[in-house]
Amino acid sequence: MAYKIKASDCTACGACEAECPNIAISFKKGTYVIDPVKCTECQGHFDAPQCAAVCPADCCVPA
Amino acid sequence: MDNVISLDGILGLGELKAPDTAPPASAASGCSSSSCGSSDGPADMAPEVWEKVKNHPCYSEEAHHYFARMHVAVAPACNIQCNYCNRKYDCSNESRPGVVSEKLTPDQAIRKILAVAKEIPQLSVIGIAGPGDSLAAGGRNTFATFEQLQKKAPDLKLCLSTNGLALPDHVERIAQYNIDHVTITINMVDPEVGQHIYPWIFHGHRRWTGLDAAKILHERQMLGLEMLTARGILVKVNSVMIPGINDEHLLEVNRQVKARGAFLHNIMPLISDPAHGTQFGLTGQRGPTAQELKVVQDACEGGAKLMRHCRQCRADAVGLLGEDRGAEFTIDRIEAMGEVDYDDEARRSYREHVEAERAGRAVSKAAAKAEVQDSVGAQAAPILIAVATKGGERINEHFGHAREFQIYEVGPQGATFVGHRRVDQYCEGGSGDEDALDGVLAAINDCTAVLVAKIGGCPSKSLQAAGIEPVDRFAFEYIEESALAYFKDYAGRLSRGAVSVRAGQDAVIRTGALTALRA
Repeated sequence: MAYKIKASDCTACGACEAECPNIAISFKKGTYVIDPVKCTECQGHFDAPQCAAVCPADCCVPA
Repeated sequence: MDNVISLDGILGLGELKAPDTAPPASAASGCSSSSCGSSDGPADMAPEVWEKVKNHPCYSEEAHHYFARMHVAVAPACNIQCNYCNRKYDCSNESRPGVVSEKLTPDQAIRKILAVAKEIPQLSVIGIAGPGDSLAAGGRNTFATFEQLQKKAPDLKLCLSTNGLALPDHVERIAQYNIDHVTITINMVDPEVGQHIYPWIFHGHRRWTGLDAAKILHERQMLGLEMLTARGILVKVNSVMIPGINDEHLLEVNRQVKARGAFLHNIMPLISDPAHGTQFGLTGQRGPTAQELKVVQDACEGGAKLMRHCRQCRADAVGLLGEDRGAEFTIDRIEAMGEVDYDDEARRSYREHVEAERAGRAVSKAAAKAEVQDSVGAQAAPILIAVATKGGERINEHFGHAREFQIYEVGPQGATFVGHRRVDQYCEGGSGDEDALDGVLAAINDCTAVLVAKIGGCPSKSLQAAGIEPVDRFAFEYIEESALAYFKDYAGRLSRGAVSVRAGQDAVIRTGALTALRA
């Protein structure tokens, strides 16, 4: 029940960080990462995982 | 003043002349400049608008000869996908919107701005143009940068560009930070057209696709535009011309944005190459030719005022339009400079110098135009000419060193700027490169003459063989006056049958890099 960011495709734009309702996304070693403990796939907040919905490079996927 | 002059290519060998005698105070009012109509000079806009744009190189065609801008790449996030943009592509040798070689934090951006402002006294504008959308991700980095900048260098004007999706949410803050100018990219006013340009948008916590996406984007763009103009913030609209998708539609875009108060409309050619990896690049969607672009731009005359001097700069461009000095100011070098003091003395004296220079121009342009009208009359058809210049409104570049040519349409109605054509330098280290020369010929193929500061024998012959007259007798003179003097001479030869009209040519728009520095 968590999403992850494909580091190879991530452009480090940071769009996901701003949208995550759980503050589960942070910038580490040149890319963004999702803390699987905090990620709820946005259930209870929104219809769809916000990181995946906003990612311009389509690199947020189910872990 | 000396160090101001030597700092940039605007003013060099024999180029700086004392301004002509000051004109009477009334010279700038009325239609005294031949720039009336398509370009934006003091003569054809309200005084309060001129005051806002006169030192803005992107908003004022005249100012782009004298003033520099700087884009800080603090906004990498985006909330929409455009078919002409590839988020994954990022290369320092590319020169096009959305491309940067390093992203900055707001703190890094401030250091860089202060360092550049010290080095380039022509700097007048700080813009945030991506590489994503300046208002995506809450616009946090954008506003953080502007907030600090307003305190540390209050003389620099602030502007930003956006796709408009998040704009209505941020108009309040834009006004709060004294952002005088906003650019919105509006490629359509009909969602039917828009669905072919935007595969998706992210709005209201969900991703929208197809017609719904284009409809929401359109409504938000129009709302944002109306909110800005209602507050007296100048709005420029950028449109990317995509042949077969929105080329004819841009006339309607022009009408609608004008009706909502947009001050300037900039129609840019699509940049499309399979190597860029954009959707349009991969599907083989082509960009327009120079003639196609000009036809659409000309058709929009009478609507919102057209902008024609756009260089489609990188989102981290630094310096005068057409001369990117971004590579001189990398983060490593900025960090190495240590603490940079804020000092606006050089910028102030440069601006005073420009004011003095400008004062003489209106009179001399009007005199040149009147002379042509007297001697040529209205019969002669206008022609296009190419000019090799590095700024200052003068013909001050060697043919072989030119990275771009500025194109002017000159006729009995005066000389107006049409656009610029980017080329490879013909002369690399002394000897000419024949391939590059072919590229130059293709880029200015629709011109009757090319005005240069200097030109060698071989390229001169090739130009003549192609039917383009090389002209170096106006070296270091002002462009508009020289263009009119040339036209007067040309019309005379035409009426004697010494030359024939060169018409029906098209030219190639080259969209390659413009990042390397002058040697």
